[in-house]
Amino acid sequence: MADTPFIIQEHQFQRIKSILARLCVECAARAVFLVDRDGQPIAFHGEIGEMDTTSFASLAAGNVAATSSMAKLIGEDVFPAVVHEGERESIFISVIGRSLLVVVFDERSTLGLVKIRTKRASHEVAALLDEVSRDSEAISASNNSFFAEITDEDIDSLFS
Amino acid sequence: MTFINYASREINCKIVYYGPGLCGKTTNLQYIYDSTAPQAKGKLISLATETDRTLFFDFMPLELGTVRGFKTRFHLYTVPGQVYYDASRKLILKGVDGVVFVADSQDERMDANIESLNNLEENLQSQGYDLSTIPYVLQLNKRDLPNVTPVNELTQELVRKGEPVFEAVATNGTGVFDTLKAVAKQVLTELRKG
Repeated sequence: MADTPFIIQEHQFQRIKSILARLCVECAARAVFLVDRDGQPIAFHGEIGEMDTTSFASLAAGNVAATSSMAKLIGEDVFPAVVHEGERESIFISVIGRSLLVVVFDERSTLGLVKIRTKRASHEVAALLDEVSRDSEAISASNNSFFAEITDEDIDSLFS
Repeated sequence: MTFINYASREINCKIVYYGPGLCGKTTNLQYIYDSTAPQAKGKLISLATETDRTLFFDFMPLELGTVRGFKTRFHLYTVPGQVYYDASRKLILKGVDGVVFVADSQDERMDANIESLNNLEENLQSQGYDLSTIPYVLQLNKRDLPNVTPVNELTQELVRKGEPVFEAVATNGTGVFDTLKAVAKQVLTELRKG
């Protein structure tokens, strides 16, 4: 059986967005993403432009999954952060439980600043995601969710 | 794990194409990608070797339409089929909502199919899932080749729980969308159950 769905309610999504917006300013970052470790994008803020955010989220998760497995092979439990430094653009990924806080920054910021600011935001994000997980389980268990009302016709209509 | 966002009114699900090396997992995704309208799909990302063998995964997001006002987006992944990439396969199964097993119908690939299917069951278990309860479809690919095992023999060896079975020729699209629809439908039906 698959996991319990992760259900983000509107007020929670707005709180996530506001944490990301603040972090983006504090880090002088180009963009900030919150991504699930399984590759699902949760939210983002900043200069996205034409960037394919869905692919970006999937690749960030794949990247962390691979480095975490490498950590285990050398006897380390986990790498709590992953950094990629480019000539102009860099990426800092902080692992927060089952989610990833990804900061994209350029020469307007520094790795040190990004690390410090991300650490503080990570605690807030972790608490909020715990709340989302608890609420998701309650909503799924209550079976009162809107999804219980989905009919066979609704599903069939996707494929007609 | 299905992601539901009430703010953006989106449902995101993860489907993984599994199977032995060179069975046609990437070809399934490539056909879906080539046949889908640009507005319904994202980029097809392939982390492949120089010889086009899947190294880590292929990925494409696909939007199927709306259910009661919610956009349904399926994230399609393939795993690397070669035996020695097992660590990567385990990682890609994390958070999976539905699995397609692509079997290679050629006679000489029967053992590889069985080995890969056993590997799928083990890797699902190691991630806390059970093949008997997860949305699952079996695709018998390469039915156009001359040296294929009869369908009844393949199903006898490979069917695990009465799952939907589709004959396919992924290179020309035969059975590709039927397979996808069947697994997507099961995933959404699971979601309704809560």
